[in-house]
Amino acid sequence: MNRPGLLTACAAMLRRDLTLAWRRRGDIAMPVLYALIVTMLFPFALGPEDTLLQRIAGGVVLVTVLLAMLLALDAMFSSDIEDGSLEQLVVAPQPLALMLGMKILAHWLTTALPLIVIAPLMAAMLHLPGAVIPVLLLALLLATPLLSLLGAVLVALTAGTRRSGMLLALMLLPLCVPAVIFAAGAVAAAQQGLPWLAPITWLAAALVLAAVLAPLACAAALRIALDA
Amino acid sequence: MANWIPLWLHKLGSPPTFYRFAGTLQPWATALALVLGAIALYGGLVLAPADYQQGDAYRIIFIHVPSAEMSMFIYAVMGVAAFIALVWRIKLAEVVAMESAPIGAAFTFITLVTGSLWGKPMWGTWWTWDARLTSELVLLFLYLGVIGLYHAFEDRRQGARAAAFLAIIGIINVPIVHFSVNWWNTLHQGSTINVFGQSKMSSDMLWPLLTMMLATKFYYAASLFRRVRTDLLALEGGKDWVRRIAEDEAGR
Repeated sequence: MNRPGLLTACAAMLRRDLTLAWRRRGDIAMPVLYALIVTMLFPFALGPEDTLLQRIAGGVVLVTVLLAMLLALDAMFSSDIEDGSLEQLVVAPQPLALMLGMKILAHWLTTALPLIVIAPLMAAMLHLPGAVIPVLLLALLLATPLLSLLGAVLVALTAGTRRSGMLLALMLLPLCVPAVIFAAGAVAAAQQGLPWLAPITWLAAALVLAAVLAPLACAAALRIALDA
Repeated sequence: MANWIPLWLHKLGSPPTFYRFAGTLQPWATALALVLGAIALYGGLVLAPADYQQGDAYRIIFIHVPSAEMSMFIYAVMGVAAFIALVWRIKLAEVVAMESAPIGAAFTFITLVTGSLWGKPMWGTWWTWDARLTSELVLLFLYLGVIGLYHAFEDRRQGARAAAFLAIIGIINVPIVHFSVNWWNTLHQGSTINVFGQSKMSSDMLWPLLTMMLATKFYYAASLFRRVRTDLLALEGGKDWVRRIAEDEAGR
């Protein structure tokens, strides 16, 4: 029997997950709609004052994207656990961490990327100045994969449990404090005309670290959660 | 020669041996905690002079600082036990890690409450988004996450292993959270007690504080021993040694 090479396996994994996501396009739209509606609620709750909305816009967009991602995170492995394909992945000859990394990438492409695409719209709804929007997008581009990676580890840990939604929020939100601080810090600095590169580079450093460690941790967590 | 130390540690790892060991030490730890706690409270609340700036209000430090120290100390113990549990799959380490979490959460909660009570007269507010306060709050949520994950599994050992993994992720994250929050906003004072070198505190205020720190350690040990013993009995329910204990209790 000839085994497919690593690259072929990675590509197949990615294609499979993207196809599955595309077959259920409605699910991709849900976090986007959720984020838009939450953004819409802020002017209702705080009043339509331009200066106030401008001041909170960066933070609101970041937190809303974070919550929308949290909502979609629960589904990362659930269908694969139900039909048993995750167990197949665990016993497959390819390294589990790499395969899970591909799954995380597919999940990021299908949930976080649409959110990043509509982020300028959300920012505009809250009157964030146009000059700051590129910084916001850069911060989101670095912070959302970080959340996907960190979230994947925790989702893997809860793989063996029922009703993990609230528990996942309880576990993930404290751990993503640094990402929120640095991303919001960059946006706030850009808004005040200060240099914003330092928090962005911190985010990038954290992302590099997470990209290396999180798939390994995710594989270890999955092995713990699946062996009964 | 010195073979008896690793041998003794190995034996200690077995549930019946630890059950007996903890049972012997637990009353002593409780007694020491009570006596030292009483001495520290007397020294702190009666003997120590009032602060020249804060008056008598500073005396809450004798509760606040020891519990803050314990909140981090217990997390470290939990992290080490979790590591041992995952690497060597020792059942006792799982139990120790999981039974430390509620005690640590309690100390973290006490730290937050006493800090808030102290903050009202000193800073004029119950709560402020300061670095130390925020990272202590995050620590509380980490503890709660570990406890929640442990109880989410139907199989206790599997739950313990998953929660142990979360505790280790948390231990990597605690310094990151701590420093990121530190650069973000700060009002809380720096540390007063210096292990190496001169402390920035008069000695008649320092000794009750150090005594209280010792007392909380003994309290933790006593509480942990009691919890671990109960948990071991529940986990090993069907084993011979538990049955023998149950027969002894019934025959008494």
